[in-house]
Amino acid sequence: MNDTALSPPAAGERYALNPMYLFRWEPTQDSHVLLYPEGIVKLNQTAGDILERCDGQRTVAELVAELQQRYPGDDARVAEGVYKFLEVFRAKGWIRRQA
Amino acid sequence: MPKDGSVVRLDGQGKPLWLVLELTYRCPLKCPWCSNPVDYTRDAEAELSTAEWKRVLREGRELGALQLGFTGGEPLLRDDLEELVAEASALGYYTNLITSAVGLSEERLLALKAAGLKQIQLSLQSSERALTDALVGARAHELKLKVAHMIKALGFPMVLNVPVFRHNIGQVEEILALAEDIGVDYLEFANIQYYNWAMVNRDELLPSLEQLQTAERAVQAARERLGQRMTIYFVIPDYYEGRPKACMNGWGAIHLTIAPDGVAMPCQEARIIEGLDFPSIRDQSLAWLWNESPTFRKFRGDEWMSPTCRSCDEKEKDFGGCRCQAFLLTGDAANTDPACSRSPHHHLITAAIACAHAPGRRVQPLVLRNERNARLLAAAGGCGAAAAADVALAGVEVAHV
Ligand SMILES: C[S@@+](CC[C@H](N)C(=O)[O-])C[C@H]1O[C@@H](n2cnc3c(N)ncnc32)[C@H](O)[C@@H]1O
Ligand code: SF4
Ligand code: SF4
Repeated sequence: MNDTALSPPAAGERYALNPMYLFRWEPTQDSHVLLYPEGIVKLNQTAGDILERCDGQRTVAELVAELQQRYPGDDARVAEGVYKFLEVFRAKGWIRRQA
Repeated sequence: MPKDGSVVRLDGQGKPLWLVLELTYRCPLKCPWCSNPVDYTRDAEAELSTAEWKRVLREGRELGALQLGFTGGEPLLRDDLEELVAEASALGYYTNLITSAVGLSEERLLALKAAGLKQIQLSLQSSERALTDALVGARAHELKLKVAHMIKALGFPMVLNVPVFRHNIGQVEEILALAEDIGVDYLEFANIQYYNWAMVNRDELLPSLEQLQTAERAVQAARERLGQRMTIYFVIPDYYEGRPKACMNGWGAIHLTIAPDGVAMPCQEARIIEGLDFPSIRDQSLAWLWNESPTFRKFRGDEWMSPTCRSCDEKEKDFGGCRCQAFLLTGDAANTDPACSRSPHHHLITAAIACAHAPGRRVQPLVLRNERNARLLAAAGGCGAAAAADVALAGVEVAHV
């Protein structure tokens, strides 16, 4: 459960939303939000794009490829960004690595 | 593309993001620190109907509310709770039930789950059966533990709320062990706030600085031990901090509470402030109450502030503290919260601490929250500790702990 001490996200891993959190589009905020006991987080577009794809099915590599398609241009930077985001999300407990 | 960690936290942008519904003030328990009004029995027949609560839910979503708390009193005493939760879920709220556990059977839990309830906050008062039962004035301890296990078995995220005061502050370790055994996700040690019933019993409830420091050390050690397995909050006791709490994130900024009779308030205690008008959703739309009502506008921004706060470099941080506490202790809600060491009234806080811990002080029994005591306190003229002492001596129902 406690995976803070783990290595950073890797290409073959799959991540899923922590079931404690509710992730959805919120029209009054014009953005994705994350709702949980005692908290609300509004996500910027990229964060929303990534979280939406943390479905326990896609591998990190597939997620990166999709985002590279969505944001064409600098593939290396997109990939680096996705990894960084995933690490932050996991440290916050929003997502969990699937076994 | 991504900047690392640039996840936006939500600022209210003038929306009531957190909506709290106090479905009823009725409650089977009698906690002597209860934050409900001392005269909670006054408008008992005036509780909103199911249809009226549904209207509040709809209008709340239109105003942009996202988080929803069902509380009280004991919200389970409303038999339309499941119906209201279902309506709220359909509207897109993150629904929280805040409960003492009394009335929560497995059948109701399943029905609430089916209605879309997202999380449950359950209050526990101590790690010892005899103490919990004496404090809440009923045999509730075993039931609370049983319900807590049931909640986790059904997969609800769960907050265990422990109101902290002199009688239980030494039990941090034991309560932590209980919480671990139950498997709670969030453990909240909430030093109680001194309004209403807690104010009546302040001399008996206020812990000492040494007790607090010991408790905080125990919490810190547990955090290190448990890592991410359980999130532990320790809500600071403002009496000992030298700075006030950033109460409600500012008056009328993101919080909107509806009382059982439909009165709209910036926080659950606000009705204690005299001289403010508190219209109900029976008279006005929720949008008017939030946006236009003079009560909500009164302490927004910083123009209302005393010179102490207006000129202070920390006013963005704590918004001058709590309006209710300022009123309760100084008689003027616009004053700097006396919990702040910069307040010209800060001596009231130090005096209260000294009084609660005076050597040779005569221990008074706790005055339980119940209808009889509510009437006696009203007759004694107010909720101050002095009135309470008279009432206690007049032989009201008391808790012996
Ligand atoms: C007023 S109760 C209503 C819900 C339910 N009856 C219960 O006790 O859980 C809401 C929450 O406020 C907490 N509470 C009560 N009095 C308080 C006080 N004076 N200061 C801080 N929290 C308080 C309770 O422990 C509970 O978690
Ligand atoms: S704090 Fe105690 S008395 Fe007050 S509403 Fe909750 S259970 Fe009832
Ligand atoms: S003076 Fe007012 S604004 Fe400054 S810290 Fe104290 S309460 Fe906060």
